[in-house]
Amino acid sequence: MLPLIGVGVIVLGFALRFNPLLVVVCAAMASGLAAGLGPLEVLAAFGKAFNQNRYVSIVWVILPAIGVLERSGLQERARTAVRAMKAATAGRILVVYLLARQLTAALGLISIAGHAQTVRPLVAPMAEAAAENQGDLDDATRDKVKAMSAGTDNVGVFFGEDVFMAIGSILLIVGFLDQNGLVVEPLHLSVWAIPTAICAFLVHGARLLLFDRKLSRRRTKA
Amino acid sequence: MIGLPLVYVLAGLMFTAFAAMSAGDKANPKRWGNAAFWGLFALSFLFGDRFGDLGNGFLVVALALLAGTGRLGVGQPATTTGEERAEMAQRFGLKLFLPALLIPVIVLAGTFAFKALTWNGQHVVDPKQATLVSLAIAAVVAAILAQRLFKQPASAPLQEGRRLMDLVGWAALLPQMLAALGAVFALAGVGQTIGDITLAITPIDSRLAVVVAYCLGMAIFTVMMGNAFAAFPVMTAGIGLPLVIGRFGGDPAVVCAIGMLSGFCGTLLTPLAANFNLVPAALLQLSNRYAVIQAQAPTAVLMLLINMVLMYVLAFR
Repeated sequence: MLPLIGVGVIVLGFALRFNPLLVVVCAAMASGLAAGLGPLEVLAAFGKAFNQNRYVSIVWVILPAIGVLERSGLQERARTAVRAMKAATAGRILVVYLLARQLTAALGLISIAGHAQTVRPLVAPMAEAAAENQGDLDDATRDKVKAMSAGTDNVGVFFGEDVFMAIGSILLIVGFLDQNGLVVEPLHLSVWAIPTAICAFLVHGARLLLFDRKLSRRRTKA
Repeated sequence: MIGLPLVYVLAGLMFTAFAAMSAGDKANPKRWGNAAFWGLFALSFLFGDRFGDLGNGFLVVALALLAGTGRLGVGQPATTTGEERAEMAQRFGLKLFLPALLIPVIVLAGTFAFKALTWNGQHVVDPKQATLVSLAIAAVVAAILAQRLFKQPASAPLQEGRRLMDLVGWAALLPQMLAALGAVFALAGVGQTIGDITLAITPIDSRLAVVVAYCLGMAIFTVMMGNAFAAFPVMTAGIGLPLVIGRFGGDPAVVCAIGMLSGFCGTLLTPLAANFNLVPAALLQLSNRYAVIQAQAPTAVLMLLINMVLMYVLAFR
């Protein structure tokens, strides 16, 4: 029971909005000490794992390219493209992005898009511009449009990637079942990810279109 | 063989430049904090393997203290105004999309090509790291191409990169920190403890109850650990295999595939999945840190329920 104290530290620390980096270090210390490790042992284990996981932060090397493009007017160009399309609404743009992200993820193409590569420079500005067409945007609604753009990227990847049979999570399942004496083909697992993938498109797509109605209703009110 | 070490050098050099530019940014009252933060991160990329485990531990604590005591500001590198951007958007037109689209093309081509590319029977690029190496190449090519194509100053890629990096701030480090936390949790036996508790409170007498317990367990465990991969072995060994598959005869492929996807519903709900949920909030400058989670929450909850139904219907045909 005692090592769970780290989870408690995380929940409390995040809920009270302390700086997450500090919260994480404290949580590691709490769980490690509770499990009977010495403070320096915990620190060494944490440092080792931090060093081994540097690849997680590699994605930031994309920022200079995105920054130069922003400086040169990419976001403005993306907005102009949307304004020219009469049928474009924030919800419809995001439904198209959801479908594209799910289909490409289902082919294993996960890193071709993402929050830094596509959402900030392209998807969010396009959704915002479309929402502006639908009615005046206050700051809170603008934030909602942006948050929905990021959320749509996540939903698309999560419920698309498992349809690809060589993705990490499928391989993890195959390996785990193999250790437990069950032989399952990766193809079988990825086939059974399809019903959920379809439902996710329907559910999130419907939410996006409902969100659209809310955005458009703002104009009729104003 | 080209692999992660070279990519780390690239990232290290980039963060060194961010640190140096931060130090010289007099418009940022907290410039020394930014310089120290990105400088330490640069050291980690360049020399992390030589610091030893404990040295890296102290480095992480220093980074956390800098962030936790509010030493990070937001740098103000000179950039273009809204009008200038609108004018360039008009002038450059569709050309602006070219470098942006080149990034996925290079990542894609590189990922496939590097796996096949050999020289004297040896891989030129580590096939396991083909995607990350391709991403790094794409980043460099796109930055240089954009700078040339749109006639921006030579310092623009690094200064603009620093501008965006400062906007993300400490959140940039959070995914890596949480991955490290996962390792410490594993060492302390946190996963096992949670698995034992779930198993103890799971009712085992009906098919529906075990399906609900397994899917819900996957989601809740993922919320607490930030990662469905950590939840899957524990929950499946505890409930999935012995009960859903063993006792009630569920099809392993259906149970495991949908079980994993139930975990993903948890990923959509947890701040611990920082790279998906908190980093974009910083990147998009949202005023509420948890706005992305809130936007996803209804989808996540509905999908969890749907996964339960799907497993119940499809696993016992």
